[in-house]
Amino acid sequence: MSTQLRERVRGVVGESAPRIDGVPKVKGTFAYGSDLWHERMLWGATLRSPHPHARIRRIEVGDAVAAPGVHAVLTADDVPGKKLYGLEFADTPVLAWDRVLYAGQPVAIVAAETPELARRAVARIVVEYEVLPAVTDMERALDPAAPKLHEWGNVLRHVRIEHGDPDAEAEVWVEGYYETAMQDQAPLGPEAGLAIPAEDGGVDLIVSTQWLHVDRQQIAPCLGLPEEKVRLTLAGVGGAFGSREDLHMQIHACLLALYTNRPVKMSYDRRESFLAHVHRHPSRIWMRTGASREGKLVNVRARLLIDGGAFASSSPAVIGNATTFAAGPYEVPNALIEGTAVYTNNPPCGAMRGFGAPQVCFAHEAQMDRLARELGIDPIELRLMNAVHTGSVLPTGQVVRGSAPVREVIELARSASLPPEPEPPPMRHPMTLPGGAGNVGRGEGLRRGVGFAVGYKNIAYSEGFDDFHQARVTLAAGPGGPVVEVHSAGVECGQGFSTVLAQVARTELGVDRVTLHAADTQLDSAGSTSASRQTLMGGGAVQLACAAVRQELFDRARSRVGVTGALSLADGWVLAEGVRAVEIADLLETPITATRTFHHRRTTPLDERGQGDVHVMFAFAAQRAVVEVDVELGLVRVVQVVSAIDAGRAINPQAVEGQSEGGTAQGLGLAVMEELQLRDGVIANASFTDYLIPTILDMPPVRTEIVEVPEPDVPFGAKGVGEHATIVSTAAIVAAIRDATGRELNRAPVRPDDVVGLRLPASSASWPPAPDVPGQEPLPAYHGVARGQSALTQSS
Amino acid sequence: MEVLLPRTLEEALAMKASTPEAVPIAGGTDLMVEINFDHARPEILIDLTRVAELASWRLDGDRLFVGAGMTYARLLRELPQMRALAEASRSVGSPQIRNRGTLGGNLGTASPAGDSLPVLAAHDAEVVLISAARGERSVPWDAFLVGVKRTSARPDELILGARWRALGGPQSFSKVGTRNAMVIAVVSLCFALDPEARTARVALGSVAPTVVRAPEAEAFLAAAFEDAGVWDDPGAPVPGGTVEAFAERVVAATRPIDDVRGSAAYRRHAVRVLAQRALRWAVGERATEAMVS
Ligand SMILES: Cc1cc2nc3c(=O)[nH]c(=O)nc-3n(C[C@H](O)[C@H](O)[C@H](O)COP(=O)(O)OP(=O)(O)OC[C@H]3O[C@@H](n4cnc5c(N)ncnc54)[C@H](O)[C@@H]3O)c2cc1C
Repeated sequence: MSTQLRERVRGVVGESAPRIDGVPKVKGTFAYGSDLWHERMLWGATLRSPHPHARIRRIEVGDAVAAPGVHAVLTADDVPGKKLYGLEFADTPVLAWDRVLYAGQPVAIVAAETPELARRAVARIVVEYEVLPAVTDMERALDPAAPKLHEWGNVLRHVRIEHGDPDAEAEVWVEGYYETAMQDQAPLGPEAGLAIPAEDGGVDLIVSTQWLHVDRQQIAPCLGLPEEKVRLTLAGVGGAFGSREDLHMQIHACLLALYTNRPVKMSYDRRESFLAHVHRHPSRIWMRTGASREGKLVNVRARLLIDGGAFASSSPAVIGNATTFAAGPYEVPNALIEGTAVYTNNPPCGAMRGFGAPQVCFAHEAQMDRLARELGIDPIELRLMNAVHTGSVLPTGQVVRGSAPVREVIELARSASLPPEPEPPPMRHPMTLPGGAGNVGRGEGLRRGVGFAVGYKNIAYSEGFDDFHQARVTLAAGPGGPVVEVHSAGVECGQGFSTVLAQVARTELGVDRVTLHAADTQLDSAGSTSASRQTLMGGGAVQLACAAVRQELFDRARSRVGVTGALSLADGWVLAEGVRAVEIADLLETPITATRTFHHRRTTPLDERGQGDVHVMFAFAAQRAVVEVDVELGLVRVVQVVSAIDAGRAINPQAVEGQSEGGTAQGLGLAVMEELQLRDGVIANASFTDYLIPTILDMPPVRTEIVEVPEPDVPFGAKGVGEHATIVSTAAIVAAIRDATGRELNRAPVRPDDVVGLRLPASSASWPPAPDVPGQEPLPAYHGVARGQSALTQSS
Repeated sequence: MEVLLPRTLEEALAMKASTPEAVPIAGGTDLMVEINFDHARPEILIDLTRVAELASWRLDGDRLFVGAGMTYARLLRELPQMRALAEASRSVGSPQIRNRGTLGGNLGTASPAGDSLPVLAAHDAEVVLISAARGERSVPWDAFLVGVKRTSARPDELILGARWRALGGPQSFSKVGTRNAMVIAVVSLCFALDPEARTARVALGSVAPTVVRAPEAEAFLAAAFEDAGVWDDPGAPVPGGTVEAFAERVVAATRPIDDVRGSAAYRRHAVRVLAQRALRWAVGERATEAMVS
């Protein structure tokens, strides 16, 4: 009978409940993957290829084996099971043999007593390479004469969307060419994990990842073990943004642990982290947009090319997304959009926040601005005039059936007040000007510009994929009152997902104490923490499980206490017809447990013409950015961003703001500084010294406007919000720089050279021809390469 | 790895004399990065942070001595009137780096992008070295910084600090990078006028293997000021075209390269802009002061 029970339950859906992991993270006591420790553990290290393309003639490990403190040196020959793995297709070697296809590809692994001994041993491995010509340009990859990376060629997937009459004529056309660079997720926590050999011949792996079950599904066959002998537990994740969707050290650490029969820890340093995870696809986009004189869009023709790098990763899904979103959140009656993901000898690219949408948003929004100029219409009016709404038909033929508050996000982003005009130069501290702490100006050459962008993206996995989420909820008596335990394999990677689960449980059961079980593989899959899907999927699963628990609680109340009428739960009580009837705690002599699996509505693959009900639902965003540009030095200061986010329903408004601000920072990075620079396929700036991400002096105040138009038929009407801001902010900020400078700026990030005119706009001779491929299916699938993560959808 | 912990300068010098291979460590903001990246693996470190003699400064009239152990945070706090030095110190890293990083470390690393170095160069500073065997010796900055990350310090020597004459005229330090803080200089420029000696000084970072001065530009400007009477009358107009012609000569002193931080063409461009701005600020400042007084 604690007094707490009589208080209103706090931290329910709709409140800015404090983050469960907030205090330990701020205090520095939260344990990340890199903090894992075992008394008997060895340290693993990886030898990686220095060449983007080479034949391996010989690997000599003798010296390394003989080095002090070394317990194992393994190469491809030592992989006991399958030698290939992959997220969507098993095209990636656990360790390279015969050929290496990118600089950074793992070739051998070592376990030794200390990290330093392991690194020293790696340096003693001798690999004789025969360097081969490398394909490091994505257009060149399409050339039939180019070297082939894989048996099935260099085309990974070609998607063709034909909509209406693609030859439809328009009164006005604008044409543009756009490029975006290779961006890195740059999570602050490097890849890390600890593999512990088990007595049953299996292995326990504690690892920072985004999806435990898809990891296991790839790891086990390579170890030659059944899945139940590979058990995963989540280690603290220091950010992911897509970079942890693919495997990094998982199989390597398990191999070393099983070989040495000792726990093995692997923890990458910053440089290796840059080499070991996939990046955001660089893109080239050719686009023609046709409209009537009044400004109604008539036809969009687009050609997209993205560089998938050496292995498939999630490129097939990324190009699927990019192609389906290429026309923007606008009603377009006719379209022909073709997107190709190619293999090259560049580092592999895969998932990153936005997943293909930021690249196309950069293009379609620049096209809308061009069109507005051409037509003499206000660019925001032009967007409003063409915005999709519930009932609109997308280029895939898919009807937008859920909430689509595009006009609302546009209006909110446009109507927020502009930052005050800056003080005249002598009054301003140089720190507040472009160049910041560099003290480069007193206001010379300063111009202000305003840019606007609207974008959208799917929530959850698409094209027929059933990425379900299982959760178990247990309601039990505790010393201080009833406690809910929530168990799911869903990964918290810093965005606040676990807090959302707790809020859902509190709301559904009227109990404020919630504990979260560590995410592990004891339960079935929770799907990936990506695609902005976990609020929907995890929230849905916990809600279902709570409903089952509640039902049992009501049954107990009826049968044991004899309450009657309509029952509900609130603040620790079972209410009958709204009146407190019995305390929940009094019904819990035995705990109540329920395990439930949430599925989103089914989608379909793209058909031959690129038509289909491919996406589960959509989320929209609009941003207005204000920048100041020092046009003489080419330096940019973003002054203000207004970020209007379609959340469906904000489960935790502060978390929505967090995603809006963090997503803006990442979009700002791609707009003005973030680029992995490749020199003949080799990353030249794999460090935080030279891969610059925004600091607090680069981030403007972000004003977030949350739009809540509930999505029908989903828990609480909530959409995910993890990606929206990133999708639009690059486009909005670059548009603002265009406005300030009058320059074309068709490539992100914008460099000082572009602003001052030392570098011409990116250009391309002509639209690359469509490759000759059998259909919409990714080429590896067509050629029978085993499917990866989709196998998981069969297990339920 | 062994770490020696001298408490006095004398102890430190004795250690450096007996184990010349020992590597001094001050703030560690360069050295620890080298060690973490496995670029350097010293067997022995000498931690200088307890040596009080290094962590001090003195101003005798216009003669300034800054100890090697002075951090950027202290320079900012204690010597704000040394404008260019303060502006350079403020441009370094983040608060954490400014709390640890030292002038001696910047000299020891001898990077062409070291932000204090153009300030030292513009002041014709001497680097003061010290050893147990030979005591102190002073080396002009350009005889100390001999190449990319190369100095003329001898194995038994420590950097005691740097010494220069404080200049009476306006001065500034500017650094261009592609983010608003925490950035390695794409180019940097320190400009100073010395009305007493009727000279101008301009020093540049990240445009050549070491920090460089632009002597022809300096001579041109000094002469132009002479001709126009600007040295004697700070309010006298600077003839049209002087600023641009000066900046062209500053650009001519650079030998920039293309690298991941910026293109050679942009570096030249940015040097031109910074040189013009710095000169205009200085001229403006003198003119304003003249009007006020
Ligand atoms: C995140 C980050 C940001 C940075 N930003 C900047 C920046 O903006 N601008 C900039 O210029 N630098 C920057 N640096 C580099 C570094 O902070 C500076 O060069 C700093 O001045 C180094 O000082 P320290 O005391 O930390 O040197 P340490 O790392 O301790 O030493 C550096 C070198 O100097 C030698 N040394 C140090 N003291 C002596 C002495 N008394 N006698 C002889 N040798 C000595 C050491 O042996 C070593 O070789 C940055 C570094 C980091 C990690």
